[in-house]
Amino acid sequence: MTTIDLSEYDVPGRGRGILDVFHWRYLLRLLVRKGTATRYRNSTLGWTWSYVKPLIQFFIYYAVMGLIFGMARGGVANFPLYLFAGFITVQFFNEAFGNATGSIVGNKALVKKIYLPRELFPLAAIINAFVHFLPQLAILIVVALLYGWRPGLLHIGAALLGLVIIGLFALGIGLLFAGLNVRFRDAENFAEVIRQLATWASPVLYTWQLIQQHMGDLVLYIYMCNPITVAVELMHYAFWTPTVEPFDADTNPDGWVGFAPHFDIYILVAIVVGALFVLIGQATFRRFERTFAQDL
Amino acid sequence: MSDTITQTSETRPAIIVDHVTKTFLKRNSHSLKEAFVGWTKGKKVRADTFRALDDVSFQIGEGESVAVLGFNGSGKSTTLKLVSGVMEPDGGRVFTRGRVAGLIEVGAGFHPELSGRENVYLNAAILGMSKEQIDARFDDIVAFSEIEDFIDQEVKHYSSGMFMRLAFSVAIHVDLDVLLVDEVLAVGDEAFRKKCTEKLKELTQRGVTMLVVSHSMGMVKDLCPRGIVIHEHKVLFDGPIDRAVEIIRTTPH
Repeated sequence: MTTIDLSEYDVPGRGRGILDVFHWRYLLRLLVRKGTATRYRNSTLGWTWSYVKPLIQFFIYYAVMGLIFGMARGGVANFPLYLFAGFITVQFFNEAFGNATGSIVGNKALVKKIYLPRELFPLAAIINAFVHFLPQLAILIVVALLYGWRPGLLHIGAALLGLVIIGLFALGIGLLFAGLNVRFRDAENFAEVIRQLATWASPVLYTWQLIQQHMGDLVLYIYMCNPITVAVELMHYAFWTPTVEPFDADTNPDGWVGFAPHFDIYILVAIVVGALFVLIGQATFRRFERTFAQDL
Repeated sequence: MSDTITQTSETRPAIIVDHVTKTFLKRNSHSLKEAFVGWTKGKKVRADTFRALDDVSFQIGEGESVAVLGFNGSGKSTTLKLVSGVMEPDGGRVFTRGRVAGLIEVGAGFHPELSGRENVYLNAAILGMSKEQIDARFDDIVAFSEIEDFIDQEVKHYSSGMFMRLAFSVAIHVDLDVLLVDEVLAVGDEAFRKKCTEKLKELTQRGVTMLVVSHSMGMVKDLCPRGIVIHEHKVLFDGPIDRAVEIIRTTPH
């Protein structure tokens, strides 16, 4: 009788979570490609939908907020650009978060039968959302150029930072909900509520000053701790502020007032909140992962 | 539970299943409302547990081919899922050595809207192959599946036989040390089944360890010299395949 040295053995099904994804880069790439290739299969207009759908929604918002409520007439110069920059940022988040939430349940067949680092699915979903965001970004750039957009390095950097914050936050909260959703399909519905709120809980249709004016400083502090708000403001800074003159009460009341107070701290808060959600999301995901195969 | 395990297989084990227990929940209510209504009617509301595997232990030596036999619902597939890592045991431990891949319901990763070619790449990657490896084996995979003319067609237009042949062909060309086979050999026609069995034998000769779940006694006898009978969630017998098959035939359902 010999005893076995267990150190040479692996325990099946115990990976290192999201870090394992780097070993599976090739599969991740194929999963992303599968997502983009099959998204508009069997539709005649194909990727045109990626332009048409957000544009229609944009025009509705513009008609209601800009024309009926008068944001375009007084308050915000170049309002369509302001609106569109914030709008597609929130769209990116919504798409990434929504896709990630359903990603494990959607890949049921695989999760039940083959062991893979399951983090691949939410991650591929988020990258897919980013690919889908690119056409909208292209429209934004064209529109901004029409408004005389001449960006500096700082503006480009702000846009990148904003998108990184969205990606980080969407990954964290997406992992959390993807894991929960396997056992409690309520997560899907709750995620939808969050997505509906997202547009209104950030300065997309209005400006941050209105929050301060009508709800006070304390609410503004809480409001600014939302990473999406920070990302939207960074996108405004990147695409909208270069096209408008600074605010001046007498000569230019529609101009850019500047960032909310302590904005630099809020950028940090956004990054920390994003990273925190990734940690919480990953921990929850790992906990629920143990029973994915039997709950699906 | 001690930190050492005594070797019971002849060669060094590639798979160790050590006192493994797996319990499933059998839910009696599926929502809060249902639970409340059930409670007012005096029905059972909380989940029951159901033991799918009860203190199962075995070791599979390197290069061995072993069949797991048992009736439907006895816990065979659960055993395989524990070894592949899809599920985790509630009690006991499972260890594997080397690269494990499952022929577990091949085709799980196939996407009907993608072409055969794209699906080969996707599924080989799911089974852990790199791009270079797939490139190198692509022609073999297609040749084995015998669907050269249709490889650029979308998989949804395939017949079920073609689909299974391609899926099986991908799985069999993956580099591995341990192969888990679950009921997949019921694919294709007689000729293709024979080809598959030949291929599996070839893998055994190359030193691949194999764990096979099947109801096809003829095939199992052909492939595996050893059989483990799982009956009512416990190991009933572990030994020569002929004896194992005899036991399963004489055991009342």
